[in-house]
Amino acid sequence: MTAAPPVEVRGLTKTYGDITAVDNVDLTVEAGDVFGYLGPNGAGKTTSMRMMLGLIRPTGGEVRLFGRDPQDSISALEGVAGFVEAPRFYPYLDALTNLQLLASLDGGEAKKRISEVLEVVELTDRAGDKVGGYSHGMRQRLGIAASLLRDPKLLMLDEPATGLDPAGMRDMRLLVRRLADEGMTVLLSSHLLAEVEEVCDRVAIIRKGQIAYQGRLDDLRREAGLSYTLRTTDDQVAASVVKGFDAVEADPQDDGSLRFHPRDEQAVAELSSRLTSAGALIIEMAPRSATLEELFFKLTEGAA
Amino acid sequence: MRRPSTFAVYRWEIRKLRAQKRTYLGIGAAVFVPLAFTIAVALRPGEPRDVPFGRYIHETGLSIPLVMLLFGSIWFFPLITALVAGDIVANEDQNGTLKTILTRSVDRTQVFAAKVMAAVSYAVFAVVLSSGVALVAGLLVSGFNPITTLSGQRVAPGEGLGLVGASIGVYLIPIVAIASIALLFSTVFKNSAAAVVGTLMLSLLLQLVIIIPGLGGLKPYLLSTQFNSWQGLLRSPIDWDPVIRAAWVCSAYSIPALLIALVVFLRRDVTGG
Repeated sequence: MTAAPPVEVRGLTKTYGDITAVDNVDLTVEAGDVFGYLGPNGAGKTTSMRMMLGLIRPTGGEVRLFGRDPQDSISALEGVAGFVEAPRFYPYLDALTNLQLLASLDGGEAKKRISEVLEVVELTDRAGDKVGGYSHGMRQRLGIAASLLRDPKLLMLDEPATGLDPAGMRDMRLLVRRLADEGMTVLLSSHLLAEVEEVCDRVAIIRKGQIAYQGRLDDLRREAGLSYTLRTTDDQVAASVVKGFDAVEADPQDDGSLRFHPRDEQAVAELSSRLTSAGALIIEMAPRSATLEELFFKLTEGAA
Repeated sequence: MRRPSTFAVYRWEIRKLRAQKRTYLGIGAAVFVPLAFTIAVALRPGEPRDVPFGRYIHETGLSIPLVMLLFGSIWFFPLITALVAGDIVANEDQNGTLKTILTRSVDRTQVFAAKVMAAVSYAVFAVVLSSGVALVAGLLVSGFNPITTLSGQRVAPGEGLGLVGASIGVYLIPIVAIASIALLFSTVFKNSAAAVVGTLMLSLLLQLVIIIPGLGGLKPYLLSTQFNSWQGLLRSPIDWDPVIRAAWVCSAYSIPALLIALVVFLRRDVTGG
């Protein structure tokens, strides 16, 4: 019998009056995934994650965490931890007391992990300070510490790097990557493309509450197709050669160069030969992968 | 993960209360007001003759906490009660910490039960503390002397002390009902100030209802009336009717309020924070 996946979402829908915040979302996060849940602000990521954590009741569909429905019982969150939007704590208590409180709400056994998790997020020296005086970045790290207290198999982080400075964002990415390398399944939502591109191996892109793409990041790049940048000694001639060659599609660029999409590698070789014959000597013909940013905009701003 | 006991969750609710300034605002008032009243009694020769036991404040310190119970029922004790009970759920909503605790291994019913217990504990503590301060200060100023009951019978100081203690106990029945209503408002409004003010307004409105022509018959069933039920203990023989009525009338207020609050709390979408 195969184990249930950490996250399985089917037909998940949430409506507020006439507004559909999440529309029939299907999502599967497999064990060991570092899964990016990507979308622009207001696309429905946070609402989806709140439903996954049992904080919001879905209007339709269902969520299963390791096969259990968080709406049925809190025990569905066994082995699951994380936060939605900014992690929140009691500002009038210090970080250590906040963690002790949360450990108690986890049954008390987690108390012995407090020192360890504070060390992981490098807050040991500030553990005695009231959280009200913490910076945004420190609260984000404390949020991770509070999640790790539960010794989770699935970590769900909603926009963990939002509001952090570049160094904080880098540290957060490294931390997530390290946790993933230790075997934790991570579901990470973000509107920051770089964050997802560097950390995640699988993604779902959500747009206006609907999933626009779900799969491996590499497949997504491949699906968008390989393109080449072309610069020659005579761009006008080159443009006419490309135009007259059916095996490639070209997009002129502002700097006078061309970007073209070949049907296959043979077409690249043939184009090279035709350019040389026409007297447009090649200065640069370099393959370039489509960036996630291009794909992201294509998927989220494409056909409405 | 092991699910914590509701008592463990309750202990943390108390710990949170102990760390918040507003808790001490109510406790401070609960201590200061009876002290100020007793100092005024010591310094001024007159007495509030129009309230039960008012005429005896210079004769026996046992009368001071009873007079305080009467004065406190209009807004003082309801306000102290609502200050915490009206805040205890709404505060978590406003701080965004509700999502933090509801994604641990504790279910919503446990969280709600712990909050009810903590709010009631605080209200009971405040009333008992305030009455205790009034009693001690009263004994110092007016002495530990016999008290005259509402039936005109003089009761020995020891027995009188027992009656004062029992009166405070009966007084807690409507206090629990006020706490329940404040908890309901706290859960529904998700706003501390609205819950506190709403509870106080309701408490005052219920006292005004009886002056509306034709509504006088409602008086025995109003929450405000139950704040006087303890006076049945200070009659000879003891009149249990108002005490029994207070028990079921207050239950009729608090049980539906708590049930509605629980259902709202269980079914609500936690979107704050």
